[in-house]
Amino acid sequence: MNDMTRVERTVNSKDIKINAKKVQVYYGDTHAIKDVSVEIEDKTVTAFIGPSGCGKSTFLRCLNRMNDTIDICRVEGDILLDGEDIYDKRVDPVQLRAKVGMVFQKPNPFPKSIYDNVAYGPRIHGLAKNKAELDEIVEKSLRRGAIWDEVKDRLDAPGTGLSGGQQQRLCIARAVATEPEVLLMDEPCSALDPIATAQVEELIDELRSRYSVVIVTHSMQQAARVSQKTAFFHLGNLVEFGETGQIFTNPVDPRTESYITGRIG
Amino acid sequence: MPIVWLVLIVLAIAAVGYVLGRTRALQSATGDVRALHSLPSYYGANVALKTIVPAFGLMILWLLVQPLYVNSQVSEMISGSAIEDGASLNLVMAEVRRTAYGLDNAVAAGQIPEELARNARADVIDMTQRLKDAGQVVTSDITQPVLRAAQTYRIMNATGYSIMAVAVILTALAGAAVSWFQTRAEYRARNVVEQGVRILLLAAASIAILTTVGIVLSLVFNTWEFFKLYPATDFFFGTTWAPSFSGRGGSSELGIIPLLWGTFYISLVALLVAVPIGLFAAIYLSEYASPRVRAVAKPLLEILAGIPTIVYGLFALLTVGPLLLGLFGDDGLGWMKAGTAVMTAGLVMGIMLIPFVSSLSDDIINAVPQAMRDGSYGLGATQSETIRQVVLPAALPGIVGAILLAASRAIGETMIVVLGAGAAARLSLNPFEAMTTVTAKIVSQLTGDADFASPEALVAFALGMTLFTLTLGLNIFALYIVRKYREQYE
Repeated sequence: MNDMTRVERTVNSKDIKINAKKVQVYYGDTHAIKDVSVEIEDKTVTAFIGPSGCGKSTFLRCLNRMNDTIDICRVEGDILLDGEDIYDKRVDPVQLRAKVGMVFQKPNPFPKSIYDNVAYGPRIHGLAKNKAELDEIVEKSLRRGAIWDEVKDRLDAPGTGLSGGQQQRLCIARAVATEPEVLLMDEPCSALDPIATAQVEELIDELRSRYSVVIVTHSMQQAARVSQKTAFFHLGNLVEFGETGQIFTNPVDPRTESYITGRIG
Repeated sequence: MPIVWLVLIVLAIAAVGYVLGRTRALQSATGDVRALHSLPSYYGANVALKTIVPAFGLMILWLLVQPLYVNSQVSEMISGSAIEDGASLNLVMAEVRRTAYGLDNAVAAGQIPEELARNARADVIDMTQRLKDAGQVVTSDITQPVLRAAQTYRIMNATGYSIMAVAVILTALAGAAVSWFQTRAEYRARNVVEQGVRILLLAAASIAILTTVGIVLSLVFNTWEFFKLYPATDFFFGTTWAPSFSGRGGSSELGIIPLLWGTFYISLVALLVAVPIGLFAAIYLSEYASPRVRAVAKPLLEILAGIPTIVYGLFALLTVGPLLLGLFGDDGLGWMKAGTAVMTAGLVMGIMLIPFVSSLSDDIINAVPQAMRDGSYGLGATQSETIRQVVLPAALPGIVGAILLAASRAIGETMIVVLGAGAAARLSLNPFEAMTTVTAKIVSQLTGDADFASPEALVAFALGMTLFTLTLGLNIFALYIVRKYREQYE
C-alpha cells in the first residue's frame, strides 16, 4: 500500500486517461494478475517492465479487452477509460478496441497491399466518406508511422514484403489510422534490429503528442529512453509505479532495485 | 519344394547368421562393446542383410525369367501342324499350360501316378479321361503334341524350381559366410545397415512411382489401339454417344462431348452444394465452435467421408431421387420425368464432398497465424469482419486448392452417377434430366460382352485417358496454387 499513496501523490488526477482499480486476472485456476491498480495519464508514455511471465502483457491486453478472445481468461476489478468502466455490459468491446488500439510484439501486417493494410480500420469503422478521404487518411497515418517516404511509390505492394522494421511501423500506422485515444504496444521492438528499434522509439516519442501510449518492454534502457512513467511488475503484482527517472535512479522497493540492477528477472 | 519353404529356409539362415555375426563381433572386441565400431546388433543385421538380399534377389529374378524360358522352349516343340485352323499359338500354349497344371494337380492328389504323368508314350485318350475323372478342367480332347508339350513343360518347370532352390540356398549361405568373415571390430556395420535401410525406402518409393507409370502406359497403348480403329476427331468432337451393342458393329458413334458435359454438369452441381456448406462448416468449426463442440462435431462430419460411395448411390436412388421427383415431377412443377437426374446425383455427390472441403479448409484456416486475427481484433474489427477480410484472404489459396481437389474427386466419382443420374448420354441444359458421366460409361463399356478388341470396348481406355489427363491437370493446378501462395503470410 506504500506505492499507492505515492502514486496518488505524484499523478495529477485531471489528466488521467485509464484508471485501473484492484484488477485481478485468472487463467483458469492460475491467478495471473493480483490486485493491480494503475493510473495512466493522457499524452504520456507509460512503460510496463518486469521479468517474463510477470503479467505485464496480460495486464496490457486487459486494457482493450483482447483477453476476451481467450476462453479461460477471467478479469475482475474496475478499469475505467475516461471514467467509464470498459468491462461494463453496455460497452461493446469492438468499439472499445477502435478507441484503444494495439500494436503487437511480432509485426503482423495482413496479407494485403500496404494501402489496404492501413485502410482496413477506417473502412470497417466507416471513417472515410469517399476514396479521396480514405487516401488522405492512409497518407496521414503512414506519415505518422514515419514510413510514408519509404512506401509512397509502392502502396499496392504487399505489406508482408517489407522489412521487419518497416512492417512494424506499418502496423503502427495501421493502428493510428483508426484515430485511437490510447495506443497499447506489446514489446513492439523485440523482433527488430537496433536501427529499426531506434526508428520505432523515435516514432513513439512523436506519438506522445496526440495519444496516451502504453508500452510493454523487456529492455530497461528502452523504458528509460521512451517513457515518462514506469510500472514494475513482478509475479503478477505491481511492485512500483512512478516517474521513470525516479524508478531507475531511486527505486523505493528493494525488488525494483534488484531487477533494474540485474539481480533478479 | 514350395516357395514358402525356400523363403523360410533363407530366413532361418539369416537368423542364425544374425546371432553368429553378433557373437563374432563381440569376440573380436573381446567382450568390450566400446571397442566396436557399431553396436553388436548392427553386425548381426549386416550378416542377415547380406544373406537375405542376394538370395531373394536371385529368387525373384529366377521366378521372372524361368516361365519366359520354358514357354519359348515349349513353343518351339509345337509344330505349325499342331495348330488348328482359327487357333493361334497363344491358344495352344494356354491349352498346354492347362494340361500341365491338370497333371500336376492330379499327381498331387494321387489320381495319376508320377511315372504315367511323365510317360511320353502315354495314351492320349486314356490320359484325357483320367484327367477328367480327376476333376481337372480339360476343355477338349488333348492332342498328342499338346500332351507331349505339357509333359515337357512340367518336367522343365520342376527341374527349374529344384535348381533354383539349391542356387538360392547356396547364395544365402555364401552371403552369410562372406559377411561373417568380414565381421571385425573395426568393420563399419552400422553404415552398411544404414545403406540397406536407404535402399529399402527407395525401393518402396520406386514401386509406387513405377506402378503409376505402368498404369499410364497401359492406358496410352490401349488408347492408341482405339484411335487406330476409330478416328480421334470423331471421338473428341462427336456430339453423339451411341455405341452399337451388336458386338462387332462398326456403326457406333462414340463422341465424348455428351459424356464430358454430363461429368462437368454433375460436378458443377456437386461443387455448388459442397463448397458453400463445407466452407461455412469449416469456418464455424475453426473460428466459432468451442473446443468441446469441435471435438464432437469434427469427427462426426468426417464420418461422412468414410461412407462408401455405393451407399451414397443408394441414398440417391431411394431417397433423394423420389424426394426431388415429388417436388419437381409431374405432381409438382412438372420439370422432372424420373428420379434419376443430374440434380439427384449432383446433390448427393455434393454431400459426399462436404467433409472433403470442410476438413481441408479447416486445416488451412487453422494454419492462418493467430497474430493476423489479433491484429484485426486490435483494430476494432468484429469476428465476421476479421474472417471475411483477413482470415479468408490469407487462407484463400489453400481453400482454392481444396476445392480443386474436391472437383477432381467429383469428376472421378462413379457409383453415385450410375445409381443417381441414369445411363443416358445426353446434351441438355435441364438439370432434371438424366445424364451420364465418363466414368459411368467406362464401366458400362467394359462390363458388357463386347469383343475386347472392338472400338466399343477400347473406347473405355480413351475415356479413361481423357479423364486421367483432366484430373491430373486439375490436381497439378491445385498443388501449384497451394504452393505458390503458401508462404505469403509467414
